[in-house]
Amino acid sequence: MDTDLSSQDRKDLDKFIKFFALKTVQVIVQARLGEKICTRSSSSPTGSDWFNLAIKDIPEVTHEAKKALSGQLPAVGRSMCVEISLKTSEGDSMELEIWCLEMNEKCDKEIKVSYTVYNRLSLLLKSLLAITRVTPAYRLSRKQGHEYVILYRIYFGEVQLSGLGEGFQTVRVGTVGTPLGTITLSCAYRINLAFMSTRQFERTPPIMGIIIDHFVDRPYPSSSPMHPCNYRTTGEDNGATYPSVEDSQEVCTTSFSTSPPSQCVFTVTKAHFQTPPPVVMDTLKVPMMGLAFSHQPAALGVGSADMGYPVIFAGGLNAAHPHQLIVPGKEGGVPPVPSQPAHGTQADHERMVMCTPLDGALYSAATPSSSEDTETVSNSSEGKSASPHDLLETIFVRKVGAFVNKPINQVTMASLDIPFAMFAPKNVELEDNDPMVNPPDSPDAESPLQGSLHSEGSSGSSAGNTHDDFVMVDFKPAFSKDDILPMDLGTFYREFQNPPQLSSLSIDIGAQSMAEDLDSLPEKLAVHEKNVKEFDAFVETLQ
Amino acid sequence: MGMRCLAEGRGAYCQEAQRPIIEPGLSRAFRSAVWRRGSSALPSPAGKAGRACLQAQAAMNCRSEVLEVSVEGRQIEEAMLAVLHTILLHRSTGKFHYKKEGTYSIGTVGTQDVDCDFIDFTYARVSSEELDRALRKAVGEFKDALRNSGSEGVGQICLEFYQKKKSRWPFSDECIPWEVWTIKVNVVNLANEQERQICREKVGEKLCEKLINIVEVMNRHEYLPKMPTQSEVDNVFDTGLKDVQPYLYKVSYQITDSLGSSVTTTMRRLIKDTLAL
Repeated sequence: MDTDLSSQDRKDLDKFIKFFALKTVQVIVQARLGEKICTRSSSSPTGSDWFNLAIKDIPEVTHEAKKALSGQLPAVGRSMCVEISLKTSEGDSMELEIWCLEMNEKCDKEIKVSYTVYNRLSLLLKSLLAITRVTPAYRLSRKQGHEYVILYRIYFGEVQLSGLGEGFQTVRVGTVGTPLGTITLSCAYRINLAFMSTRQFERTPPIMGIIIDHFVDRPYPSSSPMHPCNYRTTGEDNGATYPSVEDSQEVCTTSFSTSPPSQCVFTVTKAHFQTPPPVVMDTLKVPMMGLAFSHQPAALGVGSADMGYPVIFAGGLNAAHPHQLIVPGKEGGVPPVPSQPAHGTQADHERMVMCTPLDGALYSAATPSSSEDTETVSNSSEGKSASPHDLLETIFVRKVGAFVNKPINQVTMASLDIPFAMFAPKNVELEDNDPMVNPPDSPDAESPLQGSLHSEGSSGSSAGNTHDDFVMVDFKPAFSKDDILPMDLGTFYREFQNPPQLSSLSIDIGAQSMAEDLDSLPEKLAVHEKNVKEFDAFVETLQ
Repeated sequence: MGMRCLAEGRGAYCQEAQRPIIEPGLSRAFRSAVWRRGSSALPSPAGKAGRACLQAQAAMNCRSEVLEVSVEGRQIEEAMLAVLHTILLHRSTGKFHYKKEGTYSIGTVGTQDVDCDFIDFTYARVSSEELDRALRKAVGEFKDALRNSGSEGVGQICLEFYQKKKSRWPFSDECIPWEVWTIKVNVVNLANEQERQICREKVGEKLCEKLINIVEVMNRHEYLPKMPTQSEVDNVFDTGLKDVQPYLYKVSYQITDSLGSSVTTTMRRLIKDTLAL
């Protein structure tokens, strides 16, 4: 029996393993982006779909994977690992999962490379697709955005499981024997967060914090940078641009409804990579799209200091310009594009958010380091609850502080009697509670997570319950929960659906009847005519 | 020959508990085995029938897997679809396009994520509307039958992968299963919203476990039908769908009013089938 692999088989096998590794990384990262993935089946083979599976290639992820592999293939003692971790708005991070692609020495010499191995690798990828939706981190990643983000990191070499905490569990996705060894794909995941995850993350509505997006460029101890699980990233990390990203980006304009002249209109564009974006089905708590607002430069400084905060929102503009537009690229708050304000990079060459000239108006409206920015955002939305949200206008009062994570004084709009009460000055009170201004005591690793999540607890639940006609069960609209404004979009809408009548329109209140008004007109005219000269002088002073 | 020969090969086992598998697919497999091997394979009375079934299955390389879930009424459909779609994801390929010289190329299978409305769960399924429709129809029928059956609400749905074997006239084609998945469903009734909320999460976690079990079985790389030639492809695959090509499968279900009667009816049927030969 021929025990040595023919050279063609060897080449094929190496190719298969290499592409398998790349596709594995793609599947894992795409599963942690926070949105549903959808690809089409095609009956005619395109020739470019490896393993007969339609798995999109996010260029940046491929780049990272290739970088980590640096021309090598997984072998005994050299495994390819994808680490998924969570980073909260306060900068705490925690490893959630480590996916390992390993090779061991147990060879299966008799297996046919081009046929059986290929099909089994395909089956293994399908299993990976199934398993990535099943580990606890999946549900966490679907809810990422405001309070935390999910990052990934690829490294090659020894598997490091120490960051997963005690009692982590392992699930084996599968194995495929090859003449060179047995490929094993497994996932080790932390479980002591799983406890907290669904309950706590669910109850807290998104904190309307200022999200600064940038990559972590600084190497971690294991010397490979973390990346956010967001495929619409600008591939900035080391200034490298990915030609494929630029080539394949299609810019689509999300237009906003026009708002009254005193407010601003801007256009947001977001790019998609390569092919039409995955169908974003509205399942998340955020039915709105394209909500944007600006924030303070001060926040930028504070927030970005130590963060590898991944991109959550597109910062659209000049790095020099302190204000940034934050746009959720899709529901769920994972933004279209990250920018890198901390690095001073514009990163907008691939930026998805572009502002029309009107944004000049936007920025002039905002005063630099004063306490409040006011901005009106109108947004259109997609998804099941699309219609009520179309043309919805929301007014936000922003305050300094990234991820302002203050406990909301359990005052929701529902409990406020005064209409437009949110505009009533509450500055002093809010300032006191603002953790950015008065930083809390430094907590342990676990508690800030809990703290940040619990802060919104009660208001979240109330917000969740007060909606009826256009929200789903757990309605948590992005960008509508504001730490300054203790209410969310739905409440606001309902509250102000029926504003009180103008007093001038109500007849009861008017002292005079219409007839009397008409009668008195000639007299008034006569008086005015007498004072014509004064009026003229006044008009001249105006000119 | 006799029973001993039938004992080679893999046995059927139950995921949840060690007990002989008694389900519709099994009886069919058993029947086919008996047909082939002749009367020497007749089982002895009921007590040993289970073992005989196992052996019959083993002879035909038919794997049998059993999964059990307890769900609330609203969750039946989604839970079943999640499991069935996951199994079919692994058991579907792209469409074959045969070229000359017996080579073929394979189309591409796309996937999409489906969020469940009544369960905290998301699963990936094959992007094929036809397949989805077919499964939904089967699951819908199962759900209706289950809910109309009575308050107990125990039933099982069977997904069987089979191969067709052409027989000479006048015998009709044989369907020989090579993998049978049985999902036992136990419907619970919940009193209030809070319990339902807990149930959402719990069933979600349970389904995660089931999917891990399914993947584990899939990745054992046990028997799969050989890739067929062009003339044989319809005996192995369902070529009727336009975008994907799953292995030939059929879905059947069985409702029981109470656990006791299910065993009795199946046992009775087994014996009847055997004797009908």
